[in-house]
Amino acid sequence: MNFRTAAGGRIDRSDALPFVFDGKAYQGYRGDTLASALLANGVHLMGRSFKYHRPRGIFSAGADEPNALVTLSRDAARTTPNLRATQIELYPTLQVQSQNRWPSLAFDVGRVNDFLSAFFPAGFYYKTFMWPRAAWRSLYEPLIRRAAGLGKAPTQPDPDRYAQRYAHADLLIVGAGPSGLAAALEAGDAGARVILCDEQSELGGSLLSDPHVAIDGKNAYGWLDDTLARLKAHANVTLLPRTTAFGYFPHNLIGLNERLTDHLETPPDHLPRERLWQVRARHVVLATGALERPLIFPGNDTPGVMLAGAAHTYLHRYGVRVGSKVVIVTSSDDAYQTALDLKTAGVEVAAIADVRESADGPLPTAARSAGIALFANSTVLRTHGAQRISGVTLGTVKNGIGGERRHIDCDVLLMSGGYTPSVHLFSQSRGKLEWSEPLQAFVPGRSAEAERSAGACRGIYGLQEVLADGVKAAAQALGSAPNHTFDVHTLQRRHGSNLGALPSDGSSRGKSFVDWQHDVTTRDLALATREGFHSIEHVKRYTTTGMATDQGKSSNLNAMAIVAQQLGKSIPQVGLTTFRMPYTPVTFGSFAGVSRKELFDPVRATPTHAWAEAQGAQFENVGLWKRAHYFRRRGESMHDAVARECRAVRDSVGIFDASTLGKIEVVGPDAVEFMNRLYVNNWTTLAVGRTRYGILLREDGFVYDDGVVARVVADRFHVTTTTGGAPRVLAMMEDYRQTEWPHLKVWLTSTTEQWAVIAVQGPNARKVMEPLIAGIDISAAAFPHMSVARGTICGLPLLLFRVSFTGELGFEINVPSDEGLKVWEAVYAAGAAFGITAYGTEAMHVLRAEKGYIIVGQETDGTATPDDVGLSWAIGKKKEDFVGLRSLQRPSMNHAFRKQLVGLKPRDGRTALDEGAQICERPAQRPPMQLIGHVTSSYAAATVGYPIALAMIAGGRARMGQTLYVPTVAGETEVEVTSPVFHDPEGVRING
Amino acid sequence: MADAADAAAAVVADAAWMRVKAPASRLILQCAAPARAAAGTAWGVPFSEQSCRAQVKGERATLWLGPDEHLLWQASREAPLPLDALEQALSGHPHSLVEISHRQAALEISGPHATTILAGACPLDLDLREFPVHMCTRTVLAKADIVLWRTAPAVFHLEVWRSFLPYARALLSEIGREFSAAR
Repeated sequence: MNFRTAAGGRIDRSDALPFVFDGKAYQGYRGDTLASALLANGVHLMGRSFKYHRPRGIFSAGADEPNALVTLSRDAARTTPNLRATQIELYPTLQVQSQNRWPSLAFDVGRVNDFLSAFFPAGFYYKTFMWPRAAWRSLYEPLIRRAAGLGKAPTQPDPDRYAQRYAHADLLIVGAGPSGLAAALEAGDAGARVILCDEQSELGGSLLSDPHVAIDGKNAYGWLDDTLARLKAHANVTLLPRTTAFGYFPHNLIGLNERLTDHLETPPDHLPRERLWQVRARHVVLATGALERPLIFPGNDTPGVMLAGAAHTYLHRYGVRVGSKVVIVTSSDDAYQTALDLKTAGVEVAAIADVRESADGPLPTAARSAGIALFANSTVLRTHGAQRISGVTLGTVKNGIGGERRHIDCDVLLMSGGYTPSVHLFSQSRGKLEWSEPLQAFVPGRSAEAERSAGACRGIYGLQEVLADGVKAAAQALGSAPNHTFDVHTLQRRHGSNLGALPSDGSSRGKSFVDWQHDVTTRDLALATREGFHSIEHVKRYTTTGMATDQGKSSNLNAMAIVAQQLGKSIPQVGLTTFRMPYTPVTFGSFAGVSRKELFDPVRATPTHAWAEAQGAQFENVGLWKRAHYFRRRGESMHDAVARECRAVRDSVGIFDASTLGKIEVVGPDAVEFMNRLYVNNWTTLAVGRTRYGILLREDGFVYDDGVVARVVADRFHVTTTTGGAPRVLAMMEDYRQTEWPHLKVWLTSTTEQWAVIAVQGPNARKVMEPLIAGIDISAAAFPHMSVARGTICGLPLLLFRVSFTGELGFEINVPSDEGLKVWEAVYAAGAAFGITAYGTEAMHVLRAEKGYIIVGQETDGTATPDDVGLSWAIGKKKEDFVGLRSLQRPSMNHAFRKQLVGLKPRDGRTALDEGAQICERPAQRPPMQLIGHVTSSYAAATVGYPIALAMIAGGRARMGQTLYVPTVAGETEVEVTSPVFHDPEGVRING
Repeated sequence: MADAADAAAAVVADAAWMRVKAPASRLILQCAAPARAAAGTAWGVPFSEQSCRAQVKGERATLWLGPDEHLLWQASREAPLPLDALEQALSGHPHSLVEISHRQAALEISGPHATTILAGACPLDLDLREFPVHMCTRTVLAKADIVLWRTAPAVFHLEVWRSFLPYARALLSEIGREFSAAR
């Protein structure tokens, strides 16, 4: 570590950490980032650029890093590409690879792109790869993607855990630099609930890089220790280091990404890797600071060219000299302090080139006194060196053109174009940005949320002013007078900003990069404007400037300035592109949180689930429910099992878990009126103790849901819905109840999960049930089809329905859910003598299809009227109104050629149709074929002896006996149009 | 759903801070204020007219769920529900009284990390000043609807629909991993 200073910084020099970069072992210290540790070892070359594969070095010391992107691998599954070396905290055995190079970082074949760059101008892929058209997908796109990719995504599932947390605060402060800390002190002392987050491993922001400034008589580190201790002592203050505020959502909801274990050598098993915070804050203070702006000149991407502020941070925070001999080019006084500090640390400062016309004031004077060569009115004409800078040619600006040339050797060139306030989150919050001419930057204007910006992110740069601004922002948010003041001693600085390319004499053919990460140069931007892209949004997309993973943190303003200059417009006229979340990339795991695998969605199981599982049930998902699909016995195929289950119901008795059916208790003096208004049926005529098949339409007249409705007592209806429809039917009912008919005395209660429902179906159903039931005479005469009564079963409270969805004699037992399994087992035992057979949803579907009973969502698709599916008989003919009636009266809803429900029987008696298959009148038509309908349900395992299907066919009911054609894998299949009722058309069995 | 809950328990060892409460009795009463006053006497616990507040007396409680909706809760199923007395008190008042004892189950989350663990899946502000003892409300626990009721400063009672109980327990166990002791 021969570039390490003798002392100082935030690193722990007693804790040396070995790490590996591109297979080579190095050493750093606890507290280092990967970037600082590599610089301490003299390594600048970190990667290859995106498009031209140019060698690139470390550019910055923070989140704005465009060049030093690496892949970090703990193991094959724990591999993260595109991490910024400036933000990776060093831990022992850290393993990192550079990206975008082959075969090695020093020798990269892709570099040929750079020498062929004349063929890769902005938008080249729109121009070059247009022909032949077919080659785009098969050849060009895959090639471009492979050549121009950044790191590679891991292919294995992410084994880490991720957490999420909701939090609430009076004040959320984003950024723990001086203004954020001052705001936290002010609000924390006032007792407000404060969350202070910062993306870095340590709180302190710029103070971590400026130990020599004095606040209240202490140096920065001393003041920081005291301040953090004070904040930690407050129970009402939450400090979150390693936490990036990545998104600003409406009503002051802020997304934070906290990284808990990435910095640890061995992450403990109980800790999540990351935590996504969703913070709802009464007030937000954005103290996000400012990013140093790079300068634009030929060769400004040569490794060794970096931001002056970054060198300052590496020197003070990490105890690292970025090189041996530096040249500084600047438009601001801050870089002079860096020059002086580097010189003190033993680095040769060969020259300072100030792009401003004059270099006066306390800091330039101090630099001159220190014997540093200082050239005002300067520009950079070119740099020298390929994999590391070896020198720079400076020019003196005369009439805007680089004039007198001066060559200076160096191994690092530091640049400072002033600051760009970080307004990303402010802009995301829909706050209005304003152009500041003196600052040459956009700064926050009017806020859209309960939000205030403080400090450098609104263009206030002096430390004293920054601290006071943080206090003021917190006090304003809390509606109190500012309490804290700070006494700061620093030299006065003149802040100057540069925008756009530095003046040039045109002698260099080198590229001047504006966007380092996406390899966008000044020439690309000029070309885009010449080709007619004048909107900044179009220029952005055509050149892809600002569209890399750094989202143009260092490039956007320069790009706009260059476009403005090209178009002869002002920067406010050109405008800004949109800032989008996330501020820095966020892992998918963080967004997924615990919602993975078995916790991805709730899995709802019925009371008999474990019994069914033990009996070989294969389950299917119905919404969130697991329902027994069929019960497989040894050696059976699904077809065999379903056929066996169907046969048992038709011949003797079957048992089926119908607990998932939605149930809604509609109760109150106006219950019958409410039901009349909602459902198509007439409920006034439904006697207590009777049930009726009900149909619910939407306002457009199309079938929305169906189910059996029982009148248990005069003012109490037990409404059943489809399994999937339960929540939306209740929501629709509540909507009408609360908003349309609030005067009706009626209330709704979901009882879906109160009741376990056991269907016992088949000619022997009554014989199985009779011995178990008390209090109800279930004989055919006393308890006919569509009856309901209360009684007991096995001594437990029972609500018994005589209903059938199979066409056989049937009952549905409703018992409280906790008793469901017990009653199921009792019925099953009682049925043993009759060979009772548990059947699943597939058999249920077959049995109901043989009777032509529809399933909402299978026969209907949201465009079927009751008449379309043969249910117009259910509509109360004398009713004056119900939901959907007006729509049913429209002529088009009664057209004879609407699709109508029919049955289909294969002429060959054995070919099963495919659900969803289209139907035509004649097979040999010239395309486009005239399609007249489609198959909605099809079952091969039917008990009628041949495969059956239900279909919706135009004018279907007038086509009985016609032959139509349906494509199957076997070819065109001839089918006969029949009634949808295949089994027991007279309905004798159901009344048995 | 003893069976499915047991199945969940097999894979999720409930932590010290989480327990499934004994089977309870529940009713939903929906009616206007005069009817509630009458029912309160029969139930033995008054009904809160303040939104989102519970009242407790012995084994029984009433939870405000909406302007015309309350949950009547009884800690055990040993004592029968006074359904006849309630209906008698309510006669003459338009109302709906529906038993839903088996519709849901109760989960108790307690201890110093209770609010933090719940904040892993519930978006409400559970600070004691914002969500005081005996505040109750319908809310969500990630993808499950729940009724959340703070019964003591560090004790929460969750009413969870029975089929969502295994999910709620597994979810809270996963969220609570980082707080489980003996690490």
